[in-house]
Amino acid sequence: MTARIGVVTFPGTLDDRDTQRAVRVAGGEAVPLWHRDKDLKQVDAVVLPGGFSYGDYLRAGAISRFSPVMETIIEQARAGMPVLGICNGFQVLCEAHLLPGAMLRNTALHFVCRDQRLRVETSGTAWTADYTAGQEISIPLKNIDGRYTADERTLDELEAEGRVAFRYATGGPAADGYGNPNGSLRDIAGITNAAGNVVGLMPHPEHAVETLVGTGRTDGLGFFTSVLKKLVSA
Amino acid sequence: MSLDTVKQAEQTPEAAQPWQELGLKEDEYARVREILGRRPTGAELAMYSVMWSEHCSYKSSKVHLKQFGEKAPKTDALLVGIGENAGVVDVGQGYAVTFKVESHNHPSYIEPYQGAATGVGGIVRDILAMGARPVAVMDPLRFGAADHPDTKRVLPGVVAGIGGYGNCLGLPNIGGEVVFDPCYQGNPLVNALCVGVMKHEDIHLAKASGAGNKVILYGARTGGDGIGGVSVLASETFESTGPAKRPAVQVGDPFQEKLLIECTLEIFREKLVAGIQDLGGAGLSCATSELASAGSGGMRVELDTVPLRDATLSPEEILMSESQERMCAIVEPGKVDRFLEICEKWDVIATVIGEVTDGTRLEIFWHGDLIVDVPPRSVAHEGPTYHRPYARPEWQDALQADDANALPRPATSEELRAQVLRVAGSPNQASKAWITDQYDRFVQGNTILAQPEDSGVIRIDEETNLGVAVATDGNGRYAKLDPYAGAQLALAEAYRNVAATGAKPLAISDCLNFGSPEDPAVMWQFAEATRGLADGCLALGTPVTGGNVSLYNQTGETAIHPTPVVAVLGVIDDVTRRTPMAFTDEGHLIYLLGDTREEFGGSAWSQVVHDHLGGLPPAVDLDRERLLGEILISGSRDGMIDAAHDLSDGGLIQAVTESCLRGGHGARLVVPDGLDAFTFLFSESAGRAIVAVPRSEEMRFTDMCGARGLPATRIGVVDGDSVDVQGEFTLPLEELREAHETAIPALLA
Repeated sequence: MTARIGVVTFPGTLDDRDTQRAVRVAGGEAVPLWHRDKDLKQVDAVVLPGGFSYGDYLRAGAISRFSPVMETIIEQARAGMPVLGICNGFQVLCEAHLLPGAMLRNTALHFVCRDQRLRVETSGTAWTADYTAGQEISIPLKNIDGRYTADERTLDELEAEGRVAFRYATGGPAADGYGNPNGSLRDIAGITNAAGNVVGLMPHPEHAVETLVGTGRTDGLGFFTSVLKKLVSA
Repeated sequence: MSLDTVKQAEQTPEAAQPWQELGLKEDEYARVREILGRRPTGAELAMYSVMWSEHCSYKSSKVHLKQFGEKAPKTDALLVGIGENAGVVDVGQGYAVTFKVESHNHPSYIEPYQGAATGVGGIVRDILAMGARPVAVMDPLRFGAADHPDTKRVLPGVVAGIGGYGNCLGLPNIGGEVVFDPCYQGNPLVNALCVGVMKHEDIHLAKASGAGNKVILYGARTGGDGIGGVSVLASETFESTGPAKRPAVQVGDPFQEKLLIECTLEIFREKLVAGIQDLGGAGLSCATSELASAGSGGMRVELDTVPLRDATLSPEEILMSESQERMCAIVEPGKVDRFLEICEKWDVIATVIGEVTDGTRLEIFWHGDLIVDVPPRSVAHEGPTYHRPYARPEWQDALQADDANALPRPATSEELRAQVLRVAGSPNQASKAWITDQYDRFVQGNTILAQPEDSGVIRIDEETNLGVAVATDGNGRYAKLDPYAGAQLALAEAYRNVAATGAKPLAISDCLNFGSPEDPAVMWQFAEATRGLADGCLALGTPVTGGNVSLYNQTGETAIHPTPVVAVLGVIDDVTRRTPMAFTDEGHLIYLLGDTREEFGGSAWSQVVHDHLGGLPPAVDLDRERLLGEILISGSRDGMIDAAHDLSDGGLIQAVTESCLRGGHGARLVVPDGLDAFTFLFSESAGRAIVAVPRSEEMRFTDMCGARGLPATRIGVVDGDSVDVQGEFTLPLEELREAHETAIPALLA
């Protein structure tokens, strides 16, 4: 008995096949979901993968948020279904108001691709239970519009409620992946909703699930094992 | 304004035509008239002028390129050779790999971002058109001096364009080169490579056969961008009521291309196309004439059905437009509905614009009037051929006599140390991470190795761990000193780089970047380089599968260095056996493979320390390269080596520095008997690599080298946190890292 995890493909999604692989590597069943289809095919959780949906035209995530599949996802997410937004998926979740804030262009104004050091700030979400709070992990980061921003009150609220899920770790050399790569406010790399079922982050856990490829680390696997354990035990 | 129809052309034989403005020579225009038996229509003239341009017809180069076929080594690996959109290589287990390198040099100088972006887009469509899923890209780039103000305009635009387009397509960028030299000032070289993977049975070809089959144009609408991009821009010679001069550079939309890729792959999966061709240089003129020329019959096209971005475009402009993100497919009538359905699913516009006929002509109509009626072969495959005069330039002897080996060498250990640091931090030898970190190397989740590794390695089967490796190399300085040897050195380096990662080299693609073919000295360089490359490929058993020639890379009388760029494709049966370049384990022994001679002509040291180019490039020994390759592959497969790095520009010390910095471990080196420290560190003798051997494997490894006759010299050990050359100097890794990693950001960020 394993869980079914849906992976949405929007026009311009790039990391859908990688995310499906990550779900399989973690032991789950990956179910492709198509943006025009409202039917979620009875999945137990959904991942919105990275890419440039609709070319990021207008604003990253702004058009995808109105796609038929998002109608059902928004409804289900509010009802407690685990949803993870990675990179462009995080942008879609913000545009859909499932998570607060928005992403601006990186302070260096260009695309950055690197092995990024992150601090997991909470294990109290559907996607981070297999980590411990304060644990540092390294997973790839690749974006041009990755600078997390929100008004001060929202940021204070996120902090007070323990909803900052990941921060860029800054306590080491850049060569080892430390540092805030895009100017995100308060070094925020990812956040969760109050219920802990909806999580979004800019770096890419799905690119860090096999020792053979990418950076050779498997620090991202915990996202997928976390949600699978939760779903199977539920 | 009136439409120039075939009928009108017959009635007004003496009407003046702008053949000269369109870049045709007088005899070429006469030949068109002879082929048609009348004057061409405006649309026909447009087609002939773009298709007979240097870029499309290879008219100056093809007499030399023939050698690649004539001297092709015997191989079972080649499934599709030169002449198609790209060559296809058998890599085993039923898989076929297609790859090609192309240039987008001129547009990238005029408009760096779009020029470079559409260069990526074009090569990706070439690969897609073969039936393959594109799996990786690479970009060999060359710019003027790193500190020249214009480099700061061109380079960031080119890099952002490559990233902006490639990242948005979801293709990992796994390698390439960045080279600076004043000779590329005003003529940057922006080459782009793409690799694609398919099963043998999925190979598609560009031909239109089967009378009644439909011609479907799909992808972006056709606009006024890139008109005459491949020939001389001359839009004002067309009707003056249309939009005035538009840029000859195309504008890219990577989102549209991503949809085109996924849509096309779905169409392939359902086996819906009988022939397919992408639209690149010369747009519809090229696609229709090439498809018809390669097929068995003729073709009829209703040009007014082409979806337009700008309704005022004339038929000539539509035929010449190089609007991006378009493909042309030949589809059986019964499969058209399903084809259009899949396009609709992906929001891709698709239109039936014509059909294959049982005639022999390419006929194009505009609202019912015949405006083109030509034998397609005469447009696509029977363009002019030039035997350009060539002659060894009179300055070549003086250049070769200006011996780099005679340059003053460092007199003290301190001076040697300072020069090592200087070379490691020079723009060509410094880390290019600031550039390559703007490209996504992780997407698709199959990247085994990416730059700065010796070659990019991609897993193509998750079950069996089958993979492919690709490396691109070129050294214009070597080629300037001796174009024949320079081309072979580019080939040898790329071959070595592929072998260094544990992959067996199978085939090559090339991008030949040269100055004006009208200059006999440049033509001599071209002739020598192609001869060298063809001979080299024969010796190494790696056939040329296709590629690209870029001429006229010169400003006024000054041509770029002759710059043949060679891409070598290799296969690795088990990617878990790949050899990275990093020194990761203390105590591993460092071996130098190959012979080191006093060879400094064209070297990085001579450039950085003396700003000198003269003498002869390193000697080429292709048998030795082959042997070295075999040792590197065996060592990788049998677990005898943990790291390998090829020696090329910058010599041994540069390779050691890179392997140390990548792994975060230092090295203690001993200068071998018979060599002085300077030659040991800086010589650029070819056919060499360094490897890190675990002590437990030392005997087995040295026995293998001994038995096969490859010199292997133990030169040190991985140890500590500095590079220490015994009796000479110590360089802490941090000092080397500072020099190596801050140079490029300091110049360009």
